[in-house]
Amino acid sequence: MASIKGSRRRGIALHAVLIVGLLLSAFPFYWAVIMSTHTSSEIFSYPPKLLPGSHFLENVRNLFDAIDFFGSMWNSLLVATTVTFLVLFFDSLAAFVFAKFRFPGRKLLFALLMLIFMVPAQLAAIPQFVIMAKIGWIGSMTALIVPAAANAFGIFWMRQYMKSAIHDELLDAAKLDGANFMRQYWHVALPVVRPGLAFLGIFTFMGQWNDYAWPLIALTNPDNVTLQVALSQLNGTHGTTDYGMVMTGAVLALVPLLIVFAIGARQIIGDLAKGAVRE
Amino acid sequence: MATVPALEKPTMTVADAPAVQPKTGLRKYWHLYAAISPFYLLFLAFGLVPVGFSLYLSFHRWDGLGSMEWAGLSQYQYLLSDSDFWQSIGTTIVIWALATFPMIFLAMVTAVMLNSAVRYKNLYRFAYFLPNVTSVVAIAIVFGSIFSTNFGLVNALLQAVGLDQVAWLNTPWGIKVAIATLMTWQWTGYNAIIFLAGLQTIPSDLYEAARIDGAGPVQTFFRVTLPLLRPTLLFVLVVSTVTGLQSFSEPQVLLQTTANESTFSGGPDHAGRTMVLYFFQQTFDNNDFGYGAAVAWGIFLVVVLFSIINWRLLQRRGEEQ
Repeated sequence: MASIKGSRRRGIALHAVLIVGLLLSAFPFYWAVIMSTHTSSEIFSYPPKLLPGSHFLENVRNLFDAIDFFGSMWNSLLVATTVTFLVLFFDSLAAFVFAKFRFPGRKLLFALLMLIFMVPAQLAAIPQFVIMAKIGWIGSMTALIVPAAANAFGIFWMRQYMKSAIHDELLDAAKLDGANFMRQYWHVALPVVRPGLAFLGIFTFMGQWNDYAWPLIALTNPDNVTLQVALSQLNGTHGTTDYGMVMTGAVLALVPLLIVFAIGARQIIGDLAKGAVRE
Repeated sequence: MATVPALEKPTMTVADAPAVQPKTGLRKYWHLYAAISPFYLLFLAFGLVPVGFSLYLSFHRWDGLGSMEWAGLSQYQYLLSDSDFWQSIGTTIVIWALATFPMIFLAMVTAVMLNSAVRYKNLYRFAYFLPNVTSVVAIAIVFGSIFSTNFGLVNALLQAVGLDQVAWLNTPWGIKVAIATLMTWQWTGYNAIIFLAGLQTIPSDLYEAARIDGAGPVQTFFRVTLPLLRPTLLFVLVVSTVTGLQSFSEPQVLLQTTANESTFSGGPDHAGRTMVLYFFQQTFDNNDFGYGAAVAWGIFLVVVLFSIINWRLLQRRGEEQ
C-alpha cells in the first residue's frame, strides 16, 4: 500500500511540474490572443490587460483593409505544401543512403553536408538574388520552392533517426528476398520511419510558413507575397504600429499551422518505431 | 547492458556483404549516388555558386549598383581590426550561452518526465511543441510587450512583489536576457520532443535489466539513458549552435522599437547586435556589399569553429567505437 501511495504522490508532483511548464509554454499565445482583442492604446496602458477586450472584429476589419490576407495565405500554403513533399522525399532518400550503406566517398560527402549545414544563409543571399533575377524567378513563388526542395538539416536529422530505427536484420531479410534499392527504401525504410517523417514534414511546413527573411528579399512585388511578409509590411509601413491589428494578423496566420500540427501530431505521438523487428 | 553494442553497429549493412559478382565502383554504387544527388545538385546551383560569388565579392568594393573594384585582402584586414565585429561575436556568444544551456537542461528534464508520465502524455507533447510553431516575427512582438519597461508584464510582476523595475530593452544585460528568454521559450519544447524521440528508441528491456541489477533512477539515467542519448544530444547541440549563433529575427524584431540609428543596430549601445544583425547593417544600411561578404565569411568561420568543438566534445566516447 505504502509504495502505491508513494508512487501516486510522485505522479502528482510530476504532473504539477509538467503543468507549470505547460502554462509557461501556452501563456504568450494567450497573451497574443488577448492583445488581438484590444486597441493599441489599451495594450500599452497599465496595468496589463489579462482579459479579452471587445475590439477583435475591428482589428480584423483593419487587417483585411491593410493587406491581402487570403491572397498571401494562399501563397504561403502553396509554397509550404510543395516544399514539404519535396523535402520529405529527397531528404529521406539521401538519409537512408547515409545511414545504411557504405560506398566510396561516403564520409567525405557527409562531411560536406555538415559543412553546408553550417553555411550561414546570409553568405549566399545576395548572389542568390542576383542569379534568380537572371533566371527570372524573382517575384514568383518558384524562387522560394526550388532552393528549399532538399536541405542538409533534414538529411542529418533523418540519418540520425534511421541509424537506430531501421534494424539491419530487416534490411538483410529484404535483400535476401531480392528487393532492390528503391524497394528497400519504400517498403522497409519508410514504414518504419513514419514518425520521423511526420516530424520532418511538420518542421519543414512550419519553417516555410514562418520564413520571412528570404521571401522578403525574393518577392519583389508587394501585392504578391507570403503571409509573413504581408505581416511585416503591416509592422513597418504604418509609422506607429497598430499592435492590436498586427497581433490579430499573427493569431489568424497561426490557424492553418495549428490545423496541420494537430493532424500531424498524431503521427508523432504514435509509438516511435518501436519493435519493428519484433513484429 | 549487453545488448547495447547491437544498437551501435548501424553501418554494417547489406552493402558490406561480399558481392557475389564483383562490380566496379560506379556500376555497383550508382543508385546510392543518384539517391543523394538532388540535394547536392540544388546546393551546386543555389549554394556553391552563390557562396563562390560571395567569396569573390569579399575581395572587392561594391555598392550593389556600380562596377566592382578590386580590394585585395583589405576587407579582411579591416574585419580583423573592426571592434564592432568583435563586439557582435561576444554579444552572439553570450546570448547563445544564456539561451542554450538552460534550454538543453530544461528540455532533457522535460523529456525524461514526459517519458515516465503515463497519462496525458500526448497533451503535454502537443502543448510543449507549440512555441516552436509560431513565427519569430509575431512572438518577438509579444515578448517586446512582455519585457517592456513601462507597461510590460515582467515589470508589473516585479512591482507587485515590491522589487525594482528593470529597463529590460534599454540595458546591455536586460537586452541579452530578453532575447535569450525568447529563444529558450521557443526551443525548449522542440528539443524536449527530440530528446523524447531519442528516449523512446531505447529498448525497455535495458531499463528492466538495470532495474533487476538494482540500479536506482539516477544511476539508470547516467548509465543507460545518457550514453544511448548521446547521438540525440549531439544533434540538439549542433542544431542549437548553428541556429543560435545565427540569430537575427529575434533581436531585430525585438529591438526595432528601441533602435535609434537603424533597424539593424541592436538596441541601445548595440547590446543586442548579433553577428548576423551586423552583417545586415553593413550590407543593407551601408550598401557595403564587399565588406558585408567579408563579415559573412567571418560569421561562417565562428560557426564552424563552435560546431567542431561541440562535435569533438561529444564524439570522443560516442559513435567512434
